[in-house]
Amino acid sequence: MNQILIRFLVGGAVVSAFAIIGDLLKPKSFAGLFGAAPSVALATLGLTIATEGASYAATESRSMIAGAIAFMAFATCVSWVMMRFELKALWVTICAIPLWLGVAFGLWYVWLK
Amino acid sequence: MAWGSIRTLVRLAEIAMQIKVDPSVIRQTRWNEYGIRFLFGGLITAVAGIIAKDFGPGIGGLFLAFPAIFPASATLIEKHETQKKEEKGLRGTRRGREAASVDAAGSAMGSVGLLVFALIVWQFAPSYSTSIVLMGATVAWLTVSVLIWYVRKRV
Repeated sequence: MNQILIRFLVGGAVVSAFAIIGDLLKPKSFAGLFGAAPSVALATLGLTIATEGASYAATESRSMIAGAIAFMAFATCVSWVMMRFELKALWVTICAIPLWLGVAFGLWYVWLK
Repeated sequence: MAWGSIRTLVRLAEIAMQIKVDPSVIRQTRWNEYGIRFLFGGLITAVAGIIAKDFGPGIGGLFLAFPAIFPASATLIEKHETQKKEEKGLRGTRRGREAASVDAAGSAMGSVGLLVFALIVWQFAPSYSTSIVLMGATVAWLTVSVLIWYVRKRV
């Protein structure tokens, strides 16, 4: 329970820090780079290595590659849809999350399982 | 070698000159908007840990690249850009949408850096010190992301 709380607090802080850096920067295409910052990974991998060992963290990182490819598909889709259709950002991003899940789990199933 | 270093420095200066810091955004953002991002960031970090424990690191690792705060951030960008235009008496809906779209395109470029980050941790975590690996991987993420952004901007 304590570890989950620590993860929550550290994760919230690191993710917020990267988000604020992104907010401050211009042009927006550059600021967007920080939307794909390894914030969750940075918040969690140190703790994972300390508690579960380096090879456990290495396995997580290997899967993270599939997550990153899924992120690319997700962000590209959001950008494309928002440029072409009159839709709210909140709906587009939420509706694109199944795409992330599909690509991430698809790659895991085909390549990493 | 010296000539190569000078050229690299010139390139870095070119990149730095194109990037601006706008502190006014901090005042535009409400505390609840910071709170939402903290909450989602914290939740996905905690959930990634729980998933890894229950289903193994193979599945848990996928969530290290989950776009946890993307909906909140995109909405915030859209709202701020729309407000800016409307303060000038113009309709800002389209501008807001375009800004969110451009930001998402930047994130797509950044995801290549994210992939490199994961690759470095996967390869080096078992053999080197945690802090050095995480620091090196973060520097690699930033370098790759900025380079892709710079090349994309010039093409």
